[in-house]
Amino acid sequence: MNTKGNWMLILALSLISAPLVIMYGFQLIDSVSRPAPGGIIPQEWELTNWRFLWTSIDSARPSIWRVTFNTFVFASATALLVCAFSITAAYALSRLNFPARRFFLAGLIMLHAFPTITLIIAIFIVLQFLGLYDSLMGVILVKAALELPFGIWIMKGFYDSVPWEIEMAGVQDGASRFRVWRELILPQVKPGLSALLIFSFLAGWSEFILPLVLAPGADAQVLATYMNAVIADDTRPDYGLFKAIGMFYALPVIAVYLLFQKRLMNIYGGGTKG
Amino acid sequence: MRIELQNFTKRFGDTTVIEDMSLSVASGEMIALLGPSGCGKSTTLFAISGIHRIDGGTLHFGDRDVTRLPPQDRPVGVVFQNYALYPHMSVADNIGFPLRVQNLKPAEIKRRVGEMAELVQIGNLLARKPQQLSGGQQQRVALARALVRKPDVLLLDEPLANLDAKLRLEMRSEIRRLQRETGITAILVTHDQIEAMSMCDRIALMKDGRIEQISTPGDMYERPASRYVAGFLGNPPISFLRAEANGQLTIGADNALPLPHGTAARGPITLGVRPEHFGPQHRGPSIAGQVSFIEPQGREDLIDVTLPCDQRLRAIVPAGHDIALGQPVNWQLDLSRVHLFDAEGARL
Repeated sequence: MNTKGNWMLILALSLISAPLVIMYGFQLIDSVSRPAPGGIIPQEWELTNWRFLWTSIDSARPSIWRVTFNTFVFASATALLVCAFSITAAYALSRLNFPARRFFLAGLIMLHAFPTITLIIAIFIVLQFLGLYDSLMGVILVKAALELPFGIWIMKGFYDSVPWEIEMAGVQDGASRFRVWRELILPQVKPGLSALLIFSFLAGWSEFILPLVLAPGADAQVLATYMNAVIADDTRPDYGLFKAIGMFYALPVIAVYLLFQKRLMNIYGGGTKG
Repeated sequence: MRIELQNFTKRFGDTTVIEDMSLSVASGEMIALLGPSGCGKSTTLFAISGIHRIDGGTLHFGDRDVTRLPPQDRPVGVVFQNYALYPHMSVADNIGFPLRVQNLKPAEIKRRVGEMAELVQIGNLLARKPQQLSGGQQQRVALARALVRKPDVLLLDEPLANLDAKLRLEMRSEIRRLQRETGITAILVTHDQIEAMSMCDRIALMKDGRIEQISTPGDMYERPASRYVAGFLGNPPISFLRAEANGQLTIGADNALPLPHGTAARGPITLGVRPEHFGPQHRGPSIAGQVSFIEPQGREDLIDVTLPCDQRLRAIVPAGHDIALGQPVNWQLDLSRVHLFDAEGARL
């Protein structure tokens, strides 16, 4: 390994990522300090910016814990729904010969590339009609549906990499197709499944537009819309507070990435066995 | 258990892969489906196993019609080319899977898995995962899993193709031993003539979805039904000479042989000469040519002789000769062992 070349590479990468690192750094520093007006050097350390954790920042707003709970429910319900449908639908697309299979495959690729936000008005009307407008349930269903093409496509890739012979052997050993899937095939795609679970959880956690449009009320608020509301309402902007809330919102994402990096990489590796 | 496949037809979409094929395998017999890739031998195997639907014809195991039975209900054990072991299960769980499907008691499963592991000599590996095994050991696990539910028929799809040469030799006799010990009827699919000849009671040689000849290895080697069969069996392979039959056999302008006994053929025919029936050590009519290639093999040498008409014969000559490249020779041919084929390739 050429050490000089390595150092050049590291230097170049550092320069390019410096703006991002500086932004993240100040987000953290400013959330626990107070700079001089107009300056950037922290003057004194304090936790008042984090007051939203223990008091209500203004009377009309729901408690941050309630909102965090909503976000968690939203993200995990979405992830579970996406995974549940992906593992079955992807298996069917990968292995079963059913009418219009090609049509479904083509549709899947198209939906995967479709700018879903253009559907928002139609979705709004459908939810209104179903009585699910302004409820967490409604947003969960919509988010899960929009994430499904991606999930099915990824899982299909993992199923495709499982050798046919394993399935044939299982059938020959006397097991039903369902049992073969449950006991023999599903364990082979577990790395993909756990990556998809984490990935769709994060997608739900960071979703903003759907809750903003489809569940604007206080009851179904999630962290993204909560933060948006705090910023939009304030006549005298308190940037320290915004940064603290942003920090709080991003912490779980960072933690998940640090913990599950390897598994997430499985998705991009495209079906290698973990 | 006797296997009776009658008028079997298999289509994939609009292509007919196998048409009207019949095959019967006696109880306890081991038969090879031999042929080049794409000849339909694996398709036939998987039709018998139930994985491929049978589009026409019938299949009987003994007196029982199993033509429409799903693979789960057929008393068949299959060993796949890549073994298809379940990677997430231990060896014991792999072998026990067919029994767990039958909902047997854990104690019973454990006993039978143990028995089977002893039979294929992997009793000490039961706790391992398939990735931790060598190719030969994986093969043994696959055999144990195929045999554990005591099927009537054992099907082997190119079982030795993924093994290195030394292990292949070992597993060849091992599979034959297991087949004899269990007395199971077995069908082996292979493209390797040596595997087919050394392991099986009979060989069905296939070509383009048909059985070209079905016979014992010795008989098929001695009396090939067609030029195709003669060319497929034998290593080093048989040499073919174009000749003209007109009272005698004329090969080019310079060589002629008497017609073998009882042959009344006229016109263009093909001579098949195996390398072990041509050379200076034989008795019979002679053929003149020039040595064009010498390939030492240790115990014996393979020597190519090019005839004046530019056709080529191959001879096996015991080592220790003093034949040189380019030397003109006039060697003998064991005429009684020469095969004659007509223009269409059928045996005369």
